Amino acid sequence: MAKIKEKNERYSIISAFLRGDFLTKLSFLIMGASNLFRGQIIKGLLFLFTELAYIYYLTSAGISALRGLRTLGTKEQSMVFDESQGIFVVQKGDNSMLMLLAGVVAIAVTMLFLVIWKANINAAYEAQNLKQQGKKLPTFAMDVASYFDKKLYRTLMSFPLIGILLFNILPLMFMILIGFTNFDHEHQPPGKLFTWVGLDNFKALLLTGEKIGKTFWGVLGWTLIWAVLATFLNYIGGILLALLINREGTKLKGFWRTIFVTSIAIPQFVSLLVIRIMLNDNGAMNSLLQDLGIISRDKFLPFLSDPTWARFTVVIVNLWIGIPYTMLIVTGILQNIPKELYESAKVDGANAFVTFIKITMPYVLFVTSPYLITQFIGNINNFNVIYFLTAGGPLSLDYYQAGKTDLLVTWLYRLTTGSVKDYSYASAIGIMVFILSATFSLISYRFTASYKREEDFQQ
Amino acid sequence: MSRYRRMSFNKFVRNVFAHILLFVLSVIWLFPVFWIVLTSFRGEKGSFVPYFWPKSFTINNYVQLFTDTQQFYYAKWFMNTLIVAVFSCLLSTLYVLGISYALSRMRFKMRKPFMNVALILGMFPGFMSMIAVYYILKGLNMTQSLLALILVYSAGAGLNFYIAKGFFDTIPKAIDEAAVIDGASRWKVFTKITIPLSRPIIIYTVLTSFLAPWTDYIFVSVIMGDNYDKYTIALGLYKMLEKEFITTWYNRFAAGAVIVSIPISILFIIMQRYYAEGASGAIKG
Repeated sequence: MAKIKEKNERYSIISAFLRGDFLTKLSFLIMGASNLFRGQIIKGLLFLFTELAYIYYLTSAGISALRGLRTLGTKEQSMVFDESQGIFVVQKGDNSMLMLLAGVVAIAVTMLFLVIWKANINAAYEAQNLKQQGKKLPTFAMDVASYFDKKLYRTLMSFPLIGILLFNILPLMFMILIGFTNFDHEHQPPGKLFTWVGLDNFKALLLTGEKIGKTFWGVLGWTLIWAVLATFLNYIGGILLALLINREGTKLKGFWRTIFVTSIAIPQFVSLLVIRIMLNDNGAMNSLLQDLGIISRDKFLPFLSDPTWARFTVVIVNLWIGIPYTMLIVTGILQNIPKELYESAKVDGANAFVTFIKITMPYVLFVTSPYLITQFIGNINNFNVIYFLTAGGPLSLDYYQAGKTDLLVTWLYRLTTGSVKDYSYASAIGIMVFILSATFSLISYRFTASYKREEDFQQ
Repeated sequence: MSRYRRMSFNKFVRNVFAHILLFVLSVIWLFPVFWIVLTSFRGEKGSFVPYFWPKSFTINNYVQLFTDTQQFYYAKWFMNTLIVAVFSCLLSTLYVLGISYALSRMRFKMRKPFMNVALILGMFPGFMSMIAVYYILKGLNMTQSLLALILVYSAGAGLNFYIAKGFFDTIPKAIDEAAVIDGASRWKVFTKITIPLSRPIIIYTVLTSFLAPWTDYIFVSVIMGDNYDKYTIALGLYKMLEKEFITTWYNRFAAGAVIVSIPISILFIIMQRYYAEGASGAIKG
């Protein structure tokens, strides 16, 4: 039943065109015509108004914006001799960036218009059908009421969707397109034009042995090492801590838990900035070690200033951040493990270690595997820890605008906000990060899906 | 008998060992917290000093944080952040609840495609498009304003519907259907039945979206530029540690960090129950 209805909806434009009467067909050109002449005045006027607004937009800006997408500008800003003033003045050229943005907006507006246009056809055809069946057409008030009943989802989703479209989808489309242009530090509007270069940025990153290519593989390698270390060390540490707190003999469980939760309750940027200044070459940590006589007065440990030290430091500080999180989540899971499992293990004479390996771990792993995967992807994108601790540094001369602890995302950030702005490479890196995250998500999805199916088999 | 005693002795040793271990770990975990509080009361000026324990103590750092408003305006930043947090949390909560309800309870053509698109959007690094957002805001003539922050923070909220949708899925559909048979509209069902049943998820959503503006640094730094008046706490505190300010502002940074951490920590501790359940996707009605 539901299927048939769906099919009808899918072919509605064609069937509306084939079986529609004059007014319905007229609505293909003049939106709202069918509603307007059949008495649904407000609805018809709304459609008509939308069409007029769209046409006005097209003629005033839209068409030139769409046309501009092809070249992204042809007239470069230049200096022209102004005879009346006797000096050279700047003559404005095309701004490739604004042209690209306007083009993306024009595409989005057009797509939005097409959605409304299709709704107009549906409404036109529906009005015709109702009339033919001799039924009364719904009044505007009834239409509005339906938006709080059967069509409530449209009301609920429209505002959030506008936000998502304007601040998520549009910018993302814009940024993805930039990955296929040469919008780097040598082509910065308004002074210079940039244009389409196809896959050149990806080739430079992946295939050439140039500095930027070396940087990409180097940073990618560290990103993966970091993600693996950060995820698994935090996970194991968190589970061990949770077990330590929840073990039978531990007193004041709530007290210990609160201590560790305190460290995550503090805003992350605060604790990370504090740790950064503590671990500075002249920071509190080195002072303390000197005070205690562990290192001599004129020496310091280069926690964040030496590349190898810095890599260890960020992983260890990340344990400080991450272990309590895992502890918090695992605690809830531990309390849900059926007590009978442990009791029967006890009867069988299993010791603590065996119970941990055979009961606790499999159970926790099973429940937290989605968490583990999201954590892994989260760590690939773990901006905060790296940025606040080292800002990617210490910078390396072998690398292009990157440091030894830079992840792909912090490198991307530096390329978009630093002094050398290479939006094109930044965008290409962002797309690579997307491919990386998507691949891992797909693998995990496969893994969990097959896992579920296996259980189906067993039942 | 002796065997029994040996076992309980072993148990005793293990317990002592576990508590010592927990104590050591707690010291490690609280060490930075302890140090920042210490520094916030430090009497000596300047940034890095070659000793750990302060030589004198004062509360001036806290006082000056609010009275010395020549360069930075801590109280104002606090209010900015509060305003942004309150409004973006209201909008976000409405968005999340609306979208989650629609996706959980209603069936429409764009439902699956929308969920897939949301999934895909979530896989792009969040701030990849930040520069583009900046130019869009510039086009709308809204950069360097709190309104822009509110709009952008809540705009993304509609994509974080998974937890709330999962929660709505657990509310029996029979309740809705009974109400519909009694003649209630969907809107009535949503506002009068579903919302009142959703207290835990509402608290979770409100708190997470309230906390976000307090901790976001990246986006504010891009759109606020050098307009110190419109800074939020996170950006302001970061600024204090930059080379040209750190000598004067080092101790006050510590004081500012302590002040902002207290309310945030309390809120977080209140919601930790919801947090743990939310993160493992298991908030129950």
